[in-house]
Amino acid sequence: MESLEQIRDRLLARFPAAVIALVTNPGAAAEHSLLLDPAVAREAAVFLRDDPTLRLDYCSNVTGVDWPDREIVETAKVTLPDPAGGPDKVVEQKSTRKVPGYLEAVYHLYSMALKHGPVVIRLRTANRTDAVNLPSLTPVWRAADFQEREIFDLYGIVFEGHPDLRRLLMWDEFKDHPMRKDYVEPDDYEWEPTAHAEVLERAKAHQAAAAAKEAQP
Amino acid sequence: MSLTDLSAFTSLPGPTVRAVKDQFHGDLLEVSMGPQHPSTHGVFRMVVTLDGEQIVKLKPVFGYLHRNHEKIAENTSYLGSMPYTDRLDYLCSMSTNWAYALAVEKLAGQAVPERAQYLRIIMAELTRLVNHSCLVGFLFNDLGTSFTPLLYAFREREKIIDLFEALSGSRMMCNYQRFGGCRVDPSAEWLAAASALVDNFPRFLDEYERMLTGNEIMLARTQGVGRLDPARAVNAGITGPVLRASGVDYDLRKVDGYGFYPRFKFRVPLGAHGDTYDRYMMRILEMRESVTILQQAFRELPAGPIMDPKAKLRGFRPKAGEAYGRLESPKGELGFYLISDGSPNPYRYRVRPPSLINLTLLEEMCLGHTIADAVVILGSIDIVLGEVDR
Repeated sequence: MESLEQIRDRLLARFPAAVIALVTNPGAAAEHSLLLDPAVAREAAVFLRDDPTLRLDYCSNVTGVDWPDREIVETAKVTLPDPAGGPDKVVEQKSTRKVPGYLEAVYHLYSMALKHGPVVIRLRTANRTDAVNLPSLTPVWRAADFQEREIFDLYGIVFEGHPDLRRLLMWDEFKDHPMRKDYVEPDDYEWEPTAHAEVLERAKAHQAAAAAKEAQP
Repeated sequence: MSLTDLSAFTSLPGPTVRAVKDQFHGDLLEVSMGPQHPSTHGVFRMVVTLDGEQIVKLKPVFGYLHRNHEKIAENTSYLGSMPYTDRLDYLCSMSTNWAYALAVEKLAGQAVPERAQYLRIIMAELTRLVNHSCLVGFLFNDLGTSFTPLLYAFREREKIIDLFEALSGSRMMCNYQRFGGCRVDPSAEWLAAASALVDNFPRFLDEYERMLTGNEIMLARTQGVGRLDPARAVNAGITGPVLRASGVDYDLRKVDGYGFYPRFKFRVPLGAHGDTYDRYMMRILEMRESVTILQQAFRELPAGPIMDPKAKLRGFRPKAGEAYGRLESPKGELGFYLISDGSPNPYRYRVRPPSLINLTLLEEMCLGHTIADAVVILGSIDIVLGEVDR
C-alpha cells in the first residue's frame, strides 16, 4: 500500500482547494492519520473507497473523541522601563492562551479486496457547542450507520446526510452527551415530575376539613 | 389506519415499507419483539412491522444493557478495565481479554514471550469452541427443538468452562490476559486434560452433525433464509463467520497474522450462499479447524516464562499516542482503539463491537421472511448483548 503522504498528495491533487493535513502519532504504534476537510470529506471518502490501488471498501471502526477547550499558560520575560528613572527591569509576565476545543470523528479504513490497511482518517468540528456538524460517511460505508448514531448519541456530533440519525444507546428523551469530558451526572437519572406536591396539598385540605367536621358536636 | 394509507410508516426514517396496494390485503401490524423475549438472547428489541406473518419493516432498538463501559474505562487505570472487558462478550472472555491486551501492547510497544503467545492461542481457540457450540445449540432452540440439542452442546461447553475455572478461578469471567503475557501458567495435568478434551471434541461434532445437520426441518427452515449479499456485507462492515458464510475470505488470523497464528496450519471455511444454513455450517467447520489449531498448539507449546520481564503492571503509563488493535473473536472483528495522553488512564477507550455492527443488515436479511424466520436469522448472526450495548 502507498504511504499516507502519497495518499495525501493524491487527494490534494484531486481536491486542490481542500485542507488535508497529516496528523502524526507519536506512540509506539505509529499509525498516522489524515485530517480531512469536512467540505470535501464525502467525495474524498468515495475516492478512497473506489480508487483501484486503494480500494478501502471496509470501514472497520468509527470513534468519537472529545477535545475540550484548553488554557495554555505561557511565561515570557519582558523588559520594562522603571518609572522612577532607574535601569530597566526584567519582569516575567504570564499570559494565558485559549486553545478552542473540538469534537473529532476517527474512521479506520481497511481493504478487504486487497487485504491492506489501516488508513485512519479524522474529521473535526469547528467547536464543541454550536458548530458540531460533520458530513456523514454512512452513504459511503454502511458500516458507519450504527457507529455514527452512537457518536451522535454520546458526543453530540450531528452527522449531516445520515439516513436515520437517532440516539442509539440512551433513550430518546435524554438531553446530554455522556461521553463528553465535561459531562456531569444528574443526581437521579430516573427523576421525573410527579403530582406529589399537589396531591399532598389536597390531602392536607381534606384532613383539615375532616378534623373540623369531627370536632363539631 | 386505512388499508392504503402508509404515510405513517413511510414518514419514518430508514428504508421504506413495501407499499401494499391490494385492497383485500390485511392491515399492517407493528409488533415490539423484545426486550424480554427469549429468542433475542438478552435484552434486544426489534420493532417489526408485519403484513400477516411477513416482515415488511424491522428496526432494532438498543441500549437496554448500556452502562457506558467506555466512560468507566476512561476513569480507571489500563489494567483496571481488564476484568471489565470480560463483561463485554461474557461467553468469550478469553478472546476479549486478548483483544484489549493486544491493543495496549501495540500502544506501549510491549513484547510478549513465546509461551504466552501459544497459551493465548490455546485460550482463544477453546473460547471459539465454547462460543460456537453455544451458538449451534441456541440456533436449534430458536428453530423450536426445545432444549435437547442445546443441552448436548452445553455438555461440551461445560467441560471447557471447567478447564477455564481450574486455570483462572472463574468459569466465564476469566480475566486471564495481561499486558505482556498471561496471568497463570497451566500445570502439566491441566494441559493433559485440555489436550484429551480437544482430541475427543470431533466425536461430539460428528454426533451432533449426524443427528441434526441433515435434519429435514432444519434444512427447510434454514436453506435460502436470510441471504446476505457479499458486496453489501463488506460495505456494511459485517465480519466473522457471518461474512465468510457469504463467501468473502477475510479472517484476521490470516490477514493480520496477529500473535503466532502464521505458524499454524489451518483452513478458513467459506460459504457459498450466505444463508442461515451456511452460517450454521460455518460454525461447525470453524470448530473443526479450531481443533486442529489446538492440537498443533498442544504439540508445540514451548517452555519458558509467561510474562515479559519488562512488563509493568503497576504504575503503567504508556507514552502519548494512539493504537487500534483488532483480532478475530468468535463473533467477528473485535477491536480496541486507545488514545493515551501519558496519564495512567486512557484518554479515549473505544470498543469496536462485532455483535452490534453485524446487526446493520438485519432488516435486509429479514425482509420478506416470516417472523419465525427472523428469530432464526438473529440466532445465526450470533449476538451477545453485553457487547452490543456496552
